Amino acid sequence: MSLSSDTPRTETLFGLQEMELNFGPQHPATHGVLRLRLKVDGERVVDAYPIIGYLHRGTEKLFELHPYFQNVPHTDRMDYVAAATSNLAYVGAVEKLIGLTPPPRARYIRTILAELQRISSHLIWLATHAIDIGAMTPFFYTFREREVILDLFEEYCGARLTLNCMRPGGQPYDLPVGWEERCREFIDDFPGKVDEYEGLLTNNRIWKKRTIDVGILPPEVALEYGVTGPMLRGAGIEWDIRKAMPYEAYSEVEFDVPVAHNCDTYDRYVVRMEEMRQSTRIVDQCLEKLPDGPIMAKRPRVLKAPKDSEAYFSVEGPKGEIGFYIVGDGTHTPYRCRVRPASFMNLQVLPEMVRGQLIADLVAVIGTTDIVLGEIDR
Amino acid sequence: MSDEEQLGSTADEVEAKAEAEAKAMAKAEAIAAAKAKKAAEEAAKPVWERDPKPPEVVDASGDSLVSDLRAVHGETISSANLIGEDLTLGVDRSGIRELCDSLRNQHGYRLLVDICGADYPQREEERFEVVYHVYSLERNRRVRLKVRVPEGEDVPSVTSVWRGADWCEREIFDMFGIVFSDHPDMTRILTWEGFNGHPLRKDFPVEGIDTGAAIYPERYEEDAGPIAGTGTGWKLPKPEPEPEPESESEGVES
Repeated sequence: MSLSSDTPRTETLFGLQEMELNFGPQHPATHGVLRLRLKVDGERVVDAYPIIGYLHRGTEKLFELHPYFQNVPHTDRMDYVAAATSNLAYVGAVEKLIGLTPPPRARYIRTILAELQRISSHLIWLATHAIDIGAMTPFFYTFREREVILDLFEEYCGARLTLNCMRPGGQPYDLPVGWEERCREFIDDFPGKVDEYEGLLTNNRIWKKRTIDVGILPPEVALEYGVTGPMLRGAGIEWDIRKAMPYEAYSEVEFDVPVAHNCDTYDRYVVRMEEMRQSTRIVDQCLEKLPDGPIMAKRPRVLKAPKDSEAYFSVEGPKGEIGFYIVGDGTHTPYRCRVRPASFMNLQVLPEMVRGQLIADLVAVIGTTDIVLGEIDR
Repeated sequence: MSDEEQLGSTADEVEAKAEAEAKAMAKAEAIAAAKAKKAAEEAAKPVWERDPKPPEVVDASGDSLVSDLRAVHGETISSANLIGEDLTLGVDRSGIRELCDSLRNQHGYRLLVDICGADYPQREEERFEVVYHVYSLERNRRVRLKVRVPEGEDVPSVTSVWRGADWCEREIFDMFGIVFSDHPDMTRILTWEGFNGHPLRKDFPVEGIDTGAAIYPERYEEDAGPIAGTGTGWKLPKPEPEPEPESESEGVES
């Protein structure tokens, strides 16, 4: 039997036995408390079985306990590196359920916050993904820019990570004095910084060797598993909720949806890098068009959903589709509030992507999936 | 008033009556006008200053997708409503897999968005509900399917239609205890494998349960292994009887 180094050795050879290997939950490359039960043949992964739930806090049960307004902070703690988009999905679902319409200024502020959040989430992804593969430098560069975004958030709502920056019906605060200028300064600056990261990685031979043709996810498999977000666009399917079902101010701004067709880790990297540039475009236009006026709709002091009402609303989060399905029963708390987590569905496809790959590539694939365990386990 | 006057005033009375009627009509008209004015004012207001208006529920039997599906699956679809813009179908439990199959393969609903459960213990029968959200990229439309399940009954798994249903159904099993038949790996996913109870059921207390049941009954012998609700997780050995306190040494501090 002939062997070359790149044939997937899924069968046992030379009398060697397949070995079961436990990967995580306390492993720096698993981005949290993900545990994988691996079946390996030497350095090749034969199969992987993700085990999750180490961060399960019963958020969906807590949603049923608290009034509609008090549930916003729970959404921060799901995807803790992208709180604003989770906030947006939740308040959007409550608004749809009750029939509230936020005023235009609030819609624009929300769009700006969500896009800044997307950039900061992608920066975290780039930093950790690159450091997993062995590129240390982008980590320092990306955290430099992320710091600016977190400062902007802090100035707006007082928090840097768990933002709690939206309310059903509108925005809690108007933009502080000078915030727009500082935001614009960052936005004007940022595309140059993306070029800097790309200078470090895009044509780097080691980076290309480690990512091209690694973790292939064909479009039909991606759809079959309900994969969304940059993972789906990296598999060649042009689908973005911001375009398909525009919410907030996305129908009033121009932006492109980047798509790549090779379905590998490198393509998903390219898609996310371009998404950061597009996000700066959106923020730029929003700052330009930012209307004056109220930031909060007329709303009752206590929100009560009608009896037997239900609504599903989803937004394009940095990781994919984040949706909320809320059932109202006439009281001030949701009867049932289900979160459609993006990372949960995206992680499910991981075994398909790593079969036959090296263990070192498994780390690259976990990085490219861009999971946050807080959102998976809820 | 004298009787004569009363008799003689029939014509006046009629007149007065007519006048009163006219007055009442005018009043009603004024109220209606005021209402209309208020409605017009409300309509003239920007949408965010109006009173919140929940989406209306409309019967959707005329929808082309519903009539297409009804032509094939007939009885399976028990209700069809449009809530706002969302199509919501009530589906019979036994036919859910066939319906999902034709939704995916004939109608292009290729993306399974989500499957989730809900618990309604106040219902006399069919306590649980399983809710599917499916999406079609070509039509850009989301459809919600709702299946009612009595306690202890199975639901056909749709993992053969969308492989992504796997984890969603496992989560529902974990959180509600609904079993999906023909599922490849019907195990708990978020809680640990020996957990007792189903946390998202309405009768599960938020602070947790103290059942005293063995957590890994199949791994440990009886009266051994971790026990639910003991804090440390392990059954503590019976405390030895405390020795009688010596009466003299206690209470005296040197």
